[in-house]
Amino acid sequence: MIVADKKPIEEIIEEVKDHDKILILGCNECVTVCEAGGKKEVGVLASALRIYFLNQGKEMKIDERTLERQCDQEYLDEIRDVADDYDAILSLACGVGVQFTAEQYFSRPVYPGVNTCFLGATEERGLWTERCQACGQCVLASTGGICPISRCAKRILNGPCGGSSNGKCEISKELTCAWHLIVERLKSLDRLDDYEKLFPIKDWSTDRAGGPRKVVREDVQL
Amino acid sequence: MSEAKTPSKLEKILRAGHLGVTSECGPPRGTDPDAIKKKAELIKDHVDAINITDNQTSMTRLCSLASCIHLKLMGLEPILQMVTRDRNRIALQSDILGAASFDIHNMLCLTGDHQSFGDCKQGQNVHDLDSMQLIQTVRHMRDEGKFLGGDDIKRPPNMFVGAAANPFADPFEIRVPRLAKKIAAGVEFIQTQCIYNLEKFEEWMRLARERGLTEKVFILAGLTPMKSAGMAKYMKNRVPGMDVPDELVKRLAGVPKEKQAQEGIDICVESIQRLKEMEGVKGFHIMAIEWEEKVPEIVERTGLHPRPKN
Repeated sequence: MIVADKKPIEEIIEEVKDHDKILILGCNECVTVCEAGGKKEVGVLASALRIYFLNQGKEMKIDERTLERQCDQEYLDEIRDVADDYDAILSLACGVGVQFTAEQYFSRPVYPGVNTCFLGATEERGLWTERCQACGQCVLASTGGICPISRCAKRILNGPCGGSSNGKCEISKELTCAWHLIVERLKSLDRLDDYEKLFPIKDWSTDRAGGPRKVVREDVQL
Repeated sequence: MSEAKTPSKLEKILRAGHLGVTSECGPPRGTDPDAIKKKAELIKDHVDAINITDNQTSMTRLCSLASCIHLKLMGLEPILQMVTRDRNRIALQSDILGAASFDIHNMLCLTGDHQSFGDCKQGQNVHDLDSMQLIQTVRHMRDEGKFLGGDDIKRPPNMFVGAAANPFADPFEIRVPRLAKKIAAGVEFIQTQCIYNLEKFEEWMRLARERGLTEKVFILAGLTPMKSAGMAKYMKNRVPGMDVPDELVKRLAGVPKEKQAQEGIDICVESIQRLKEMEGVKGFHIMAIEWEEKVPEIVERTGLHPRPKN
């Protein structure tokens, strides 16, 4: 999923303070799972903002709504008839949802309420970690199912670097070296010989480097 | 090993069967070329070639390439260190051409410390290539005379290609396979991480010999003399990938403070004497960090002076 984290309330206040009627728009997908922008977080943020502006002596209408998805036109259409009631939308979706909402409601300012962090998984309640950087050309088949691009601080394809110590990355003793994990996994798969295969120079044109990407699937197009 | 493929003085000395001696200088955090020239003056008669570090520990410094040119203009033999942290494949290839245009004939291909160690913690890192792919790149440019993009290079670079190896990092079981992998990528000489745990290094060398790797690459044993027991403790506990045995810390701590530096030099000399007997060790890389004036003493006391004329 896309993992996001809450923005500090001070930053959100700064974004919306000059408006009078705002809609806080949650998303029922990834940001709900990572507890940053679902229905619950929309409610908590709305209450906090109401109290803040009340104390400031400012009258502000703050409404709450959570859509099934903000990265899908169909669900964004659900607020079509009420959008004009607000002079700004505060989206708690990931950066995709914020942008897609802004595209659909072109004359309304749309502000982000979360920081979009990475593609990751829930390791335990309250702990999410990165697993993928969407490079567009998956290498997991040759790295024992562990991604060195997202999990090595230097995205080394022929690792580990000389900074790995006791299985930990040089940037933090709390971060396991991705290449340590790869070697352990190759060992358990009885494939340690694969370690010596040189990973060729990577084509990064499918990555961010190649410019904004798109996937076109004629077989599923209507 | 067979005859030299490049005009590198270091390569000629190693292929002639002499023990090679290299050292290194860190460029200044400013524009004064004398800073690098003075360090080079201190060691130039006692080493075959001098590494110039490339923004080591990610602290912004005068660039390695310009520093190498200063050495070249002094008539010395530089080893251009290049990390993949700061440049993409365009910049790496371009700098290789730039270095070769000044007839810089040695290069050390490295990944580089993470930028979080340095003065630009908020910066991006590049890592378009990794160190093994940089080895492949420079060999491709030299041997095929072509850019990565496939076009011909007019007057291709002629570099003797080196890399680092850390026999002490984890996991140990891939340390020798990793060396094999660098050799497969095309590396011709290796400068190792600082050796303090000689038993572990000996084991690594034995495994490398068993696979015939010491016949395929020149291994220069890396050494850094300790200035004090405090430095030994720091290296042991704080520097990633460093293996400093407790006995060494104890030995330094066991002598009065004012004599610890000399004890550190003595330990370094004893290590080299033992390493000289180790089959497969083809030379020494003495990294006397901000202590270059001690390199001549170490080289002389270990019988590595005078240096061969190539």
